[in-house]
Amino acid sequence: MKSGVFNLVLKRLAVAAVTLLIVLFAVFFATSMLPGDTASMLLGQAATPEAVAGLREAMHLNDPAILRFLRWLLGLLHGDLGTSYANDMPVAALIGGRLLNTVKLAGITTLLSVPLALTLGITAAMLRGSLYDRTVTILSIGVISVPEFMVATLAVLVFAVYLKWLPALSSVNEAHSLADLVRIYAMPVITLIFVISAQMIRMTRAAVIETLSTPYVEMALLKGASRSRMVFRHALPNALGPIVNAVALSLSYLVGGVIIVETIFNYPGIAKLMVDAVATRDLPLIQSCAMIFCLGYLFLITAADIVAIMSNPRLR
Amino acid sequence: MTNLVEVRNLRIEATTDAGRLVEIIKGVSLDIADGEIVALIGESGSGKTTVALSLMGYARPGCRITGGEINVGGKDMAALSEKERARSRGTDIAYVPQSAAAAFNPSSTIMEQTIEVTRIHDLMPPEQARKRAVELFRALSLPDPEGIGARYPHQVSGGQLQRLAAAMALISDPKLVIFDEPTTALDVTTQIDVLKAFKSVMRAGGIAGVYVSHDLAVVAQIADRIVVLKGGEVQETGTTAAILSAAKNPYTRELLAAFEPKPRQTQADGDSGPKPLLRIDNLTAGYGPVKPDGQPVIRAVDSVSLVVEKGRNLGVIGESGCGKSTLARAIAGIHPAAAGDIIFDGKQLERAVAKRTRDQLREMQIVFQYADTALNPAKSVEDIVSRPLVFYHRLDRQARSKRVDQLLDMVRLPRALRYRRPSELSGGQKQRVNFARALAADPKLIICDEITSALDTVVAAAVIELLKELQRELGLSYIFISHDLSVVEAICDQIMVMYNGERVEQITPDKVKAPTHPYSKLLFSSVPKLDPTWLDGLVRDPELVNQYGHR
Repeated sequence: MKSGVFNLVLKRLAVAAVTLLIVLFAVFFATSMLPGDTASMLLGQAATPEAVAGLREAMHLNDPAILRFLRWLLGLLHGDLGTSYANDMPVAALIGGRLLNTVKLAGITTLLSVPLALTLGITAAMLRGSLYDRTVTILSIGVISVPEFMVATLAVLVFAVYLKWLPALSSVNEAHSLADLVRIYAMPVITLIFVISAQMIRMTRAAVIETLSTPYVEMALLKGASRSRMVFRHALPNALGPIVNAVALSLSYLVGGVIIVETIFNYPGIAKLMVDAVATRDLPLIQSCAMIFCLGYLFLITAADIVAIMSNPRLR
Repeated sequence: MTNLVEVRNLRIEATTDAGRLVEIIKGVSLDIADGEIVALIGESGSGKTTVALSLMGYARPGCRITGGEINVGGKDMAALSEKERARSRGTDIAYVPQSAAAAFNPSSTIMEQTIEVTRIHDLMPPEQARKRAVELFRALSLPDPEGIGARYPHQVSGGQLQRLAAAMALISDPKLVIFDEPTTALDVTTQIDVLKAFKSVMRAGGIAGVYVSHDLAVVAQIADRIVVLKGGEVQETGTTAAILSAAKNPYTRELLAAFEPKPRQTQADGDSGPKPLLRIDNLTAGYGPVKPDGQPVIRAVDSVSLVVEKGRNLGVIGESGCGKSTLARAIAGIHPAAAGDIIFDGKQLERAVAKRTRDQLREMQIVFQYADTALNPAKSVEDIVSRPLVFYHRLDRQARSKRVDQLLDMVRLPRALRYRRPSELSGGQKQRVNFARALAADPKLIICDEITSALDTVVAAAVIELLKELQRELGLSYIFISHDLSVVEAICDQIMVMYNGERVEQITPDKVKAPTHPYSKLLFSSVPKLDPTWLDGLVRDPELVNQYGHR
């Protein structure tokens, strides 16, 4: 039994590794296909064709794509993310601080949204059909339907422009006290919570309702179990797999979804960095950022699958 | 208050999907004395489970107790608050579900769930509860009573789970236990062990019980009194002996009649003698990866040979997991066989359905057990039955419409039903549509895979009658797969017994009283009889049970 789970987890990890390789491949070639030539971009319009050709040579841009890919892969293995075309700094150094900022933003959002969404989802399922359940459902559907740039812009309009409670831009470096920190993070975090919680609430509610209608929950009721015992002892452990998956999927949206939020609030995170890198055709930087996003996604999905495997008693 | 249970004029309403209120229990009254076992018997939809559950003050979602009194042990369950009801549930009244496999929480151990009642109601310390559970496991003759509690539900067999569910119900010394079709999902050889265990425990404890079932023969073994329900009303109440021997109500008589064997007259077709229609030689089919020798790792059907003669029927009987359905699927080509020959009407058939010609497909039809899943819920009966007419016969619209009428007439369904969808039909009607679709192809052979198993006794008997009639008219042959001996006996000329993927014996119906193979002996002797003394008088060779019973 034990070795069965171990094998399954190993298999899942192997799949993740293969996926990672495919993702790296896709990221590299997708970015190489971006229009525009890096060398002429870097040198500007006044550059002579000779200079451009020389730079291309120096940057190995003339090598076949597959060779450049392998070189890039080898660099990654050594922890070398390459050098930024735009300002000649190591990509790792550029990303470092920015990544931390993004992780902070995503972390705070996760810490707030997951308990909130689970509580709302589970309570809505327990009080299925009640006014409370319907309110939660309508609100979450409403929130799903509104795109995050809309939420973000409205938040800026209301809280920063009219009420003047919060700063429109989130400049982390100016934070000196806890109050400052709260003020800076409030709007981006609220926007992100809006975006990712709705899906989690709906999936949690659906998963719990489904297990609540199983014969074993009815059996618990006929044993005289209380409502909360039915939900927490009998329904939840069996709804764990789908819930964890829903949470992971929603959180993985954070990884990509921050792009819009960071841009709108001018938050110095990695997504903002990537958007800027696209503007300057900074391929190594774009590749590294895209890779980090994909890694985050892959990590979440793999973790969810492993939790689902572990929580299944038939495999345990 | 003289009786433990006194139900008076109980009424329960249900809300349909369309939002209409329907009264499903229309004024039911019944009494149960201390230590008495009363059976609620009736077809599906008769309200027997609804009545049984109402004794716990519980109505399934969408249902509501609207009137009457449900006095259990001096408390009116209908009038209590939900909290007070919960206090009686599991302690005074306990429930044994129909499918224990579904009623056990898959993520918790058996012991934890068995003693959960004592935790919920704070009846005794967990240590003591565990000891008591082990005693009950032993009393219910479960294997390894000390260790079985540590396992998870999926690690024990269906028959064991059903007994474990009884242990779960009995742990709190209830005054009344509700058994909701507890043996319906079990094989007959397993059913006997479970019934015996239930009976001895209930008798030893002097516990009163409600036994819900559709099977009169099973009920005859365990109940003191029988209440016959139909359409939410009590049809007849009486002691078991009185109901079995002197039923007054016409519906009860119908139920009893469905049990009487109707021996089949073999047609004396004088011409040319029997010709083989289908011959199967050493057919092997299975699942899992294929080994180097071409055999699948798990062999569900192992070198089975059989012959079906023109205009004759072959019954295939065996318990769940014996490979009978896989055999049907392999013959039909849906699950291609790994080895063996299928010779149909003198020609060798390809093993895979995709490689057979359209005419070959047409001549051999298969009808599945669950009409619910076999019929497309989005299509009307007309569309469903027309499909083979277009596919095999390329009939135009007018001819098709005429043929649909004919087919509906053949399966004794009113023509007006053609515009309905499957969800608007009863179970028996759906199975008839399912069968009409097979007939539409003009087949020579129809493989019937447990087609009566999901139907009520009376309805199933009518479907069997229909099959016989159609055979007389159309000269069809059937392969009739079932776990139910009486059904197979009623329609087949030859009966093949399968065990563990192999054919163990083939006999004619008149010889089922005297099978030669030990497994057939065990299987045939395990079919419950209407005689109330049958179970107590049953003596089985323990060696046989050990060898073949799924314990």
